[in-house]
Amino acid sequence: MNKNSKFRMIARRFMKHKMAVACLVILAVLIMMAILAPVIAPYSPTKPAGKFSQPPTPEHILGTDKIGRDMYSRILYAMQVSLEVGFLATLISTAVGVALGLISGYFGGAVDKALMSFTDMVMSFPYILLVLVAAAIFQPGKWSIILILGFVDWPGVARLVRGNVLSLRETNFIKSDVTAGMPRRYILFSEILPNTIAPVLVYATSVFAISILDEAALSFLGMGVQPPTPSLGNILNGAESLSVLTGKPWLWVPAGVVIILLVVCINFVGDALRDAFDPRNE
Amino acid sequence: MWKYVLKKLLLAIPVLLGITIIDYAIMSLAGSPLDMMVGPRVSEAALAARAAQWGLDQPIYVQYWHWLVELFHGNLGYSYKSYQPVADLIGSHMGPTLLLMGVSMVLGLIIAIPAGIYSAVHRYQKRDYAVVSASFLFSSVPGFFLSLILIYLFTVRLGLLPSSGMSTPGTGGDAADVIRHLVMPSLVLAIGVAGGNIRYIRSAVLEILEMDYLRTAKAKGMGRRIVIRRHALCNALLPIVTVIGMQIPTLFGGAVIVEQLFSWPGLGLVTMSAVTSRDYPVIMGVCLLSAVVVLLANLLTDILYAVVDPTIKY
Repeated sequence: MNKNSKFRMIARRFMKHKMAVACLVILAVLIMMAILAPVIAPYSPTKPAGKFSQPPTPEHILGTDKIGRDMYSRILYAMQVSLEVGFLATLISTAVGVALGLISGYFGGAVDKALMSFTDMVMSFPYILLVLVAAAIFQPGKWSIILILGFVDWPGVARLVRGNVLSLRETNFIKSDVTAGMPRRYILFSEILPNTIAPVLVYATSVFAISILDEAALSFLGMGVQPPTPSLGNILNGAESLSVLTGKPWLWVPAGVVIILLVVCINFVGDALRDAFDPRNE
Repeated sequence: MWKYVLKKLLLAIPVLLGITIIDYAIMSLAGSPLDMMVGPRVSEAALAARAAQWGLDQPIYVQYWHWLVELFHGNLGYSYKSYQPVADLIGSHMGPTLLLMGVSMVLGLIIAIPAGIYSAVHRYQKRDYAVVSASFLFSSVPGFFLSLILIYLFTVRLGLLPSSGMSTPGTGGDAADVIRHLVMPSLVLAIGVAGGNIRYIRSAVLEILEMDYLRTAKAKGMGRRIVIRRHALCNALLPIVTVIGMQIPTLFGGAVIVEQLFSWPGLGLVTMSAVTSRDYPVIMGVCLLSAVVVLLANLLTDILYAVVDPTIKY
């Protein structure tokens, strides 16, 4: 089977999930809005543009915050920041996880034992405690949150890849490679790696969703992205004050809805991808 | 069996030591608690005296060694901030956290287990999609946003439930009062627990529904309900038990944020304030406790496995 038809088969199976297709469209629109924020945002996200704490009006469709910044522009930029944090954190953790999983699974023995007990250690740690302590080390900010989430989220990927490598090692095509005397590097990168990409991709979507949630939670607690840079979490931080919570819903509801929309859509797309990649689903 | 438990316990010791070493290293990198005391009215000499008193003038590995030796004497140290013994501080805040986590876990499973089974039994029907979609929604709502919505609805609009603390100040805090305070925080955590578990339980039940012995049971003419209850559910318990064990760290993480929002007087609140004020002994105490809990949960999972599945022998 050539690559093109395989891709088409996966796309066809994916299209069967109506919900996931709808989510993919929503996600694409949101990502485009985030990327194009500098072009489509009507005002600056950090400079006052109108009256204080104004409810939504035609000029400011989501109102203004307590120092007169346009909320619609702030949310567009916040989406950009949150997606960037989520994406880069996922990239780092997936890369670390794949590397450690490949090494652990392929070499086995003492290396495997040491790596896996380290993985278990990181995994059995109350995640938020690690993140909080780490957030206290670095100056809180966008880059430290990316690095923290990136270096905390990898154990799941590492275990997944290791398990895959272990089962692939027993397959005939890898065994024949070994018998044929193929170089290790070739077996590892040209045979094993391509065959573990699908599950890793599916797993990465859930890491992406979790990273967005974690960034929001940390920024909400004041340990993530720092104001004036807007992020979906630190916009919600304002709702901890009772007057905002009760009287100014436009300041906190939209940011929360955007988080939920992003995370739900990413999860649905990931779930449909899992089905689409599964060869048993024909 | 006992031999197996003992072996597992012995294996857990190096892991536990490893975790505390990592903790200590990260924490020390985070910065010295003395930085938090620097001010115009604090003299160099006073700082040096404090450093000597707390042993902060020594290298990190010496500090860690002292902590470890004291630990074996049953002493977790004293809080830098409140001068209370760490063991007392943790002991007095552990109850509320255990209550919150326990209730949330039970509530979450009460939602998740029937929903997961229902969804699996009606696979690929509209109701299945509805349940699965709901579970995605549950696991996608940030806990703090859900908390804000609940506070807005039940405290601000309806005035039904109190939004902070564990009991109404001034009253003795009888059971009914505590339950009223418990509703919102535990609901937030339970929704999170349910969200992840529904899909997991669904796929566990689905896998079992395809087994030959279920087909046999059906073929024997047993009623659908009995087949599901007696044959499917019992066997689906195994994966469910594993998930419960894995959930404890996540639940604790959620509790930290939820306790913060609802001012629930538990360990999460203590942890947050210890992290921000760099209260080393308290941070180490909480880390140690959580590591022990997690390792014990893992052990318990393994034992439960053996109880639930008679084919596993040790």
